[in-house]
Amino acid sequence: MLEERMTALKREILGYAGLVEDMIEKAVTGLLQKRHEMLTEVIEQYEPRANALEIEMDDMCTALIAQYEPKARDLRTILMVLKMSNDFERMGDHAVNIAESGLYLMERPPVKPYIDVPRMAEVTIKMLRDSITAFVNEDAVLAKNVCERDSIVDDLRIQLLRELITYMASDPGTIERALHLIRVSGNLERIADLATNACEDVIFMVEGRVIKHHHFEEPDGPSTSN
Amino acid sequence: MESPILSVEDFSAYFANHCVLRRVNLDVPRNKVTAIMGPSGCGKTTLIRCVNRMHELVPGARVSGRMLLGGEDIYAINPILVRRKVGMVFQRPNPFPTMSIYDNVIAGYNLNGMRLAKGERDRIVEESLAKAALWDEVKDFVYRKGTFLSGGQQQRLCIARALSMKPEILLLDEPTSALDPKATAHIEQLMSELKEYVTIILVTHNIAQAARVADMTAFIYLGELVEFGPSQKLFTVPDDKRTEEYLTGKFG
Amino acid sequence: MNVTVRIVQDRLFKVGVALLSFLALLPLFLILYYITRNGISSVNWRFLVNLPRPVGESGGGIANAVVGTAILLVLSSVVAIPLGIAAGIFLAEHRHGRITYMVRLAVEVLQGIPSIVIGIIAYAWIVLRMGKFSALSGGVALGIMMLPVVIRATEETLKMIPDSLREASLALGVPYHRTILRVILPAGLGGIMTGVLVSVARVAGETAPLLFTAFGSPYMALNILKPVSSLPLMIFNYATSPYPEWHSLAWGASFVLAVFVLGLNLVAKVVTRKWKVQF
Repeated sequence: MLEERMTALKREILGYAGLVEDMIEKAVTGLLQKRHEMLTEVIEQYEPRANALEIEMDDMCTALIAQYEPKARDLRTILMVLKMSNDFERMGDHAVNIAESGLYLMERPPVKPYIDVPRMAEVTIKMLRDSITAFVNEDAVLAKNVCERDSIVDDLRIQLLRELITYMASDPGTIERALHLIRVSGNLERIADLATNACEDVIFMVEGRVIKHHHFEEPDGPSTSN
Repeated sequence: MESPILSVEDFSAYFANHCVLRRVNLDVPRNKVTAIMGPSGCGKTTLIRCVNRMHELVPGARVSGRMLLGGEDIYAINPILVRRKVGMVFQRPNPFPTMSIYDNVIAGYNLNGMRLAKGERDRIVEESLAKAALWDEVKDFVYRKGTFLSGGQQQRLCIARALSMKPEILLLDEPTSALDPKATAHIEQLMSELKEYVTIILVTHNIAQAARVADMTAFIYLGELVEFGPSQKLFTVPDDKRTEEYLTGKFG
Repeated sequence: MNVTVRIVQDRLFKVGVALLSFLALLPLFLILYYITRNGISSVNWRFLVNLPRPVGESGGGIANAVVGTAILLVLSSVVAIPLGIAAGIFLAEHRHGRITYMVRLAVEVLQGIPSIVIGIIAYAWIVLRMGKFSALSGGVALGIMMLPVVIRATEETLKMIPDSLREASLALGVPYHRTILRVILPAGLGGIMTGVLVSVARVAGETAPLLFTAFGSPYMALNILKPVSSLPLMIFNYATSPYPEWHSLAWGASFVLAVFVLGLNLVAKVVTRKWKVQF
C-alpha cells in the first residue's frame, strides 16, 4: 500500500527530473545552435507541463502524508520529493528564461565566441543528472560531491561577467546582447544552486543529517562556515 | 462509472422508537474498499448490520427506506438468502470452537445442508484459506481445531469462512480492534488484495486505518451521513466542517 | 492495635476456616467408611449376579436390583433429557417475557416438590390407569425429578456461550433452528452432559417415589410394564427386615449404590474438564 505509492511517487519525480533536464538542454542547445523551434518548444510546451507536474506532485505528497502518516525515512523522502518538485519548477522557469534570451540572441551576431556558456551548461546539467542519480541510489557520497561542484559554476559565471564587462565598456552596442548573456549565465548558476539544494536534501533523506547552508562538518565537530 | 454494487436509499434504522440512522443515502462502488468511520455510537455498526439484515434480529428493531444489492431490494427477499450473498466478519474472532479449521471454512455449506463432492470441498477450503493469506500457515493441520491459532490467524480464518460462500460484499466490523499491530497490518494488507474478488465495506473507529486502507470513506455522525467521497479527498480537503473537526480530533 | 495481633488474628481465622471445612466433610468420610466396612464383605461375584433367595437360604444376590436400577435410570433419562434440554434451550433463548418467567418459576417449584409427592402423582397418573405397578411409572417419577437439574444445567451452559457464536452462524445464512442444533448445542454439550450425569446420580438413590410406582420385585424383571426391583428399594426392604442375612445384603447393596453414585459424579467431573470448550 504505502510501499507501492512510494514507488509511484519516486517514478513521478524521476519523470519530472527528466522533463526539466530536457528543457535545460534544449534551451542551451537552441541558443548555441540558433534553433528557433527548440526554443519555442521549451517555452510553449515544456513549461506548462512542468507547472502542472509541480501541482500534481504537491497533491500526491499531501495525500500520502494525510493517508499514511509516514515515519522516518518514508517521511523524509516525501518531504524531499516535495521540495525537489518545487526546485524543478523553478529550474523550468530558469530554462524558460534561457530560451527567451536565446530567441533574442540568435537573431544577432554573437558578442564573443561561446565558450563559457557551453562549459557552464555542461557542468550544470551533469550536476543535475548526478543529483537525480544520488536520489535514486540514495548515495550520500555522490550528493556531497555535487555540492562541491557548485563553486565551479559560480567561478565560471564570475569569469564570464568580467569578460563581458570589458566588452560592454569598450563597445556600448554590445550591452544589450551582453546583458542577455549575463542573464543566461545567471540562470544557469541558479540551476546549479537548485541542484545543490536537491543534493543537500538527499543527504537529509539518507542520513537524517542537515547540511543546509553549507555546514559540511560532522554533527559532533566544531561548526565552521564556508 | 460502473453501477454501484450497493445502493442505500433514504435509509433509516430504529431500535424501538429510538432513531439510530437518519435517511442515509450512499452508493458503494464495486470491488473497492469503502470505510465507514465515526465516533462511538454514531450508527456505523448499525448501518452494516442492516446490509446483512442482522439488525432486525434485535427485538423491537425496524428500518425504513431501501437497500439495493445489484438492483434487488434486500428487504424484499428472504434474509437467509441475503446473508449468503453478504458475508460478515466480527470484531472479536469467532471461529466455531467445536469444529476443525477445515470444517470452519466450509461451515457455511455444512450448516446449511448444502452437499458438495469431496474434491469440490477441498478446493473451496484451499482457495478460501489462500485468499485469506492463511493457507501456507495451516495447510499441514487443517483437520485440527482452530482454537489454538493466534488472534490474527483466527480472524483470517473467519475471513476465509465468509469468503467460502463467495459473497458479493464482505462486511468487516472493526476487524482489527482486538488484534495486535502486526496482525492488524496483515489484515489491512489482505483487504487491498481481497477487493479483486469482493467488495469490502469496513467499519472502523480508527481514522488512520480508514485513511490507509480505504478507497472511499464515509463519515457518519449522530446517525447522519455527513460526508462520503474518495479517501484522497476526504482526508486532505474535506467538504464538511464536522468532518474536519472529527479528523483533527476535536471530538470522537 | 499493633501488627502482631493482626497477624495472629489472621492466622486464627485461616486455621478456623480450614478446621470447619474439614468438619463439614467429616460426615461424608464417616458415611463412606461405615458403608465400606459393613458392605464390602458381602460384595463378591455371586452377590452381583444372583437373584435374592428366600429367607434362610444363603447366597442371595442383588442382580435384579442392579438391572432394575439400570432400567429405571434409562427410562427416566428418556423422559428427562429431551424435555429438559428443550426447556433449557427455551429459557436460554428467551431471557425475558411472561412465559419465560412462568416456566422458570415452574422449574423452581418442581425442584422443591418432595420426592414422595412426585411418587404419588406418578401413582395417580400411571399406576391407577394401568391397574398395576410398573417400571414405567417409576421411570416417569424419577424423570420428573431429574427435569429441574437438566433444565437448569442446560440453561446455564447455553447462557455462557457467547452471542458471537450465534451471530457467526446466522451471518452465514444459517437458519435459526440449525444454528441452535448444530452450533450452539454442540458447543454446550459438555455442560449439558454434566447436568445429565449429576441428575442421574441424584435420582439413582431415590426410594420414596419408587415405593408405589416400581414397587419392587424379587424376580429379574425386564418388562417395563411390570414391577421392577431397584437398589434403594431393596436396601429399604432388607434393612427393615428382621433377618440378619438380609441385613448384610442391604449393606452390600448400599456399598454398590454408593460406589455407583460416587463414580457417576467423578465421571461428570471428568466430562466437564475434557469437554470444556474454549471461546
